Amino acid sequence: MPERATFRLKTGLAEMLKGGVIMDVTDAEQARVAEAAGACAVMALERVPADIRRDGGVARMSNPRMIEEIKAAVTIPVMAKARIGHFAEAQVLEALEVDYIDESEVLTPADEAHHIDKLAFEVPFVCGATNLGEALRRIGEGAAMIRSKGEAGTGNIVEAVRHLRDITGAIRRLHSLDEAELAAEAKELRAPLDVVRVVAERGWLPVPLFCAGGIATPADASLTMQLGAEGNFVGSGIFKSAEPERTAKAIVEATTHFRDAHRVLAASSDLGDPMRGDDIAELAADGELLQQRGW
Amino acid sequence: MPAAPVERLRVGVLASQGDFAAHLDLLAGLGAEAVAARVPAELAGLDALVIPGGESTTISKAIERDGLEEPIRAHFDAGRPILGTCAGMIVCDRDHLGLVDAVARRNAFGRQLQSFEADLELEPEAGIGPDPIRAAFIRAPWIEEHGGAVEVLARWEGRPVAIRQGNVLLCSFHPEIAGEQRLHALLMAMATAARRRGAEAVSG
Repeated sequence: MPERATFRLKTGLAEMLKGGVIMDVTDAEQARVAEAAGACAVMALERVPADIRRDGGVARMSNPRMIEEIKAAVTIPVMAKARIGHFAEAQVLEALEVDYIDESEVLTPADEAHHIDKLAFEVPFVCGATNLGEALRRIGEGAAMIRSKGEAGTGNIVEAVRHLRDITGAIRRLHSLDEAELAAEAKELRAPLDVVRVVAERGWLPVPLFCAGGIATPADASLTMQLGAEGNFVGSGIFKSAEPERTAKAIVEATTHFRDAHRVLAASSDLGDPMRGDDIAELAADGELLQQRGW
Repeated sequence: MPAAPVERLRVGVLASQGDFAAHLDLLAGLGAEAVAARVPAELAGLDALVIPGGESTTISKAIERDGLEEPIRAHFDAGRPILGTCAGMIVCDRDHLGLVDAVARRNAFGRQLQSFEADLELEPEAGIGPDPIRAAFIRAPWIEEHGGAVEVLARWEGRPVAIRQGNVLLCSFHPEIAGEQRLHALLMAMATAARRRGAEAVSG
């Protein structure tokens, strides 16, 4: 008998996205541009994070009709975002048959204490994390893919770098520990012991790790891959740049050839202006960091 | 006559995008020298090539962008074997590289919610023994139509999901994520045979 929605199938789709770029798109036309540029998947949302940040108000799951139009426009996988803890939005997205759900801090959280019980769904989930403990809590809840949170909509890579370094550094540390030390470490990480054990043994997460939040240039994409990301999400960085089509192609090329500086150089030339970008300290002073949503 | 020293097989995995790392691990576990190939030079001198799962549009564009079609074709023309899984099946079909006389239908089994895994029996001609393969079908294609030179090695619900034509072996599913080694072992056996043929041609 065929089995569906196994953990292997959920992580399996994320495995197939490795080495690729998942692009935020807000309509069918942008989705076609992303696919033509070589995106391995698109994230359908009404406003890119930079605009959500600018507009304020409550950011919710996108209009299902818009997601339908994007699904009809491309053959690559289509992801969509649900608010943290908003399992009813996730149920709607599952009914809509999106390929992946991002339980995302970019939208306004719906529950201040609980993330979505992702094991209750057949559709796979990706979740953001700022450190290893957070990543392992999400995996314990059923996430089949982890991405750094970074600081979405800023075009500033510094937070994603912090998150990737924290996650990969903590994995290396965990891998060096003795079995008897794992329970105390799990308590320290506030993460489920069984997931901690798996990571300690394998020396890597049991799910793919991507980078998200702040990628705006081909060099940013190369940086995150060299820091251990297995693929990249690019949000505002493409359709807020002067030349979205060329920027999209260039970031795809730099993600594949991330170790080849000559290729990254070639991809970086004649691109026009990247998105403008924000200073994180200024946003923090205004109390507007999206990465602090979720726990 | 003393036996020639046995050199390890050098097996490349196209690493433009997709789950190439899983294939590399599996091949290394089978004793091959496993090489990630992203540029033409890395595709030269391989005993066998794997085109992995991933997004076929992304991989096809990378092949074009990076000038990989010519070295893949040179590998094929030299009679060296190729294994394509999922997106790799699509990339090799008549509408893309044209290495087999068959057309794959993308996402034929549906979107992610229709992805499934199952025990799949292969025809005896596949030469991998009677035990079924644990096959993970992820947004998988099937072979929509094919010519007479194509051998169908497995079907799911009547649809061809594993085929072989000459030295090209293609499957809709992912043996590599289910820890299934037999198709890779078959690829390596084909590579050993190709190497032997090459040596005979030189000495003969």
